[in-house]
Amino acid sequence: MGHRTSLYDTHVRMGAKIVDFGGWDMPLHYGSQVEEHHKVRQDAGMFDVSHMNVVDLKGANVRPFLSLLMANNVDKLKTPGKAMYTCMLNAKGGVIDDLIVYYMNEQWFRLVMNAGTRTKDLAWLDATAREMGGVSVLARPDLGIIAVQGPNAREKVYQALGEALRPATEKLKPFFATNIGELFIATTGYTGEDGFELILPSKAAPYSWQGLAEVGVAPIGLGARDTLRLEAGMNLYGHDMDEATTPLESGLAWTVGWDPASRNFVGRDALERQRAQGVPRKLVGLALDDKGVLRDHQKVICDAAGEGEITSGSYSPTLGRSIALARVPAAVSVGSGCEVEVRGRRLAARVVKFPFVRNGKSCLD
Amino acid sequence: MSETPKDLRYTKTHEWVKTMPDGSVAVGITDHAQQLLGDLVFIELPKVGAEYAAGKECAVVESVKAASDIYAPVSGKIVEVNTRLGDAPETVNKGAYGDGWLFRMQPRNPDDLKSLLDAAAYAALVEAEGH
Repeated sequence: MGHRTSLYDTHVRMGAKIVDFGGWDMPLHYGSQVEEHHKVRQDAGMFDVSHMNVVDLKGANVRPFLSLLMANNVDKLKTPGKAMYTCMLNAKGGVIDDLIVYYMNEQWFRLVMNAGTRTKDLAWLDATAREMGGVSVLARPDLGIIAVQGPNAREKVYQALGEALRPATEKLKPFFATNIGELFIATTGYTGEDGFELILPSKAAPYSWQGLAEVGVAPIGLGARDTLRLEAGMNLYGHDMDEATTPLESGLAWTVGWDPASRNFVGRDALERQRAQGVPRKLVGLALDDKGVLRDHQKVICDAAGEGEITSGSYSPTLGRSIALARVPAAVSVGSGCEVEVRGRRLAARVVKFPFVRNGKSCLD
Repeated sequence: MSETPKDLRYTKTHEWVKTMPDGSVAVGITDHAQQLLGDLVFIELPKVGAEYAAGKECAVVESVKAASDIYAPVSGKIVEVNTRLGDAPETVNKGAYGDGWLFRMQPRNPDDLKSLLDAAAYAALVEAEGH
């Protein structure tokens, strides 16, 4: 038996197929992964992501602490409630984890990190906090997370959890959060749709989940979560990047806060060196023209530019074809053709920009 | 619960086999198998005329999550494939034993069919796998 969230019994009762996910017993789907995917794109769905690692950082030195540890510049966070996506790097510029930082006030920043990297993340944060002082690192296993996503997500949250939430959250732009009593509401997500991520006491999660189900929010498993994030062109840690790859090779150059040059974050030297020498590989999108399904680790052949590898491949329910993220030589250009080796055969694909889908609409030409 | 029709034969690898009036056999995947795989999005069928030994990979069904091999239940030649699955692989999810058949084979030796599982034996296998 793996770790279980406070919603485990609820998932089983709702017919979930449970699978092991990084040591957690989590719902893969509740019947049809494809129907769940469409439900999020067209209406509203909810995900139990309570396995993720919520960490509160408190104290006078939290900002300089994050400025040192995060590749993105925490000084971009000026308005309380603002959130930022960033990588946490090792000295070689490799990605220890990717996460979201929420700036609540100068004494309190909240991190939401991956479940599978929990132990090493906390060790890394703790070691730096001890060295620097003025920061306490508080893991919050007492909290659960329900992500409610889709074009109707916000309205359904108000219907289920109360109109009282509306004034403080209705006008929240993407990547903001606010705290209402014991409920932390953020306009972040992993689907490319509008919606809320609700961080709340684990004990309260089943009651809120039930309320959301009663107003027609469909439970969505990790299977659809993966196809939704892939269509949205969002990286998955351990697949699209890890400690052996830098953000520059992972489609995440936009998350590196180069300015000011004086901010010496962990991994900066390595990234500067790689940038000066020329980044050898990059992450691109692939759309399969032939029939079939692209999968992780399949070989990509890009004519003269050389070979690459698929880091995340699946079927896109929205587009009705297979798509992938792939790491290829830097010389490969968007729009060019390539081939993917599938079971000894070569299938024709195209290098495309990602995201593949945004707010329910195809981004492919 | 998955269905296991009494008039079919089964393999341990979750194919079903139905003997047709002309002596050929129709082959598909069981209801249990389609439930495990989830939504199918692509099916790679064998070529008509190709010959396979029993137990050899002869087709691939791909769900959103993974690709799974389909094995020839008996030795023989492929005489027809279900071309409708090219554009509608979800047919297998909707009716694994009906419109969702994959291909028809002409068995080299009709006696091979006797070595396949009957419905009760297959149901017991599924039951055992679940524990």
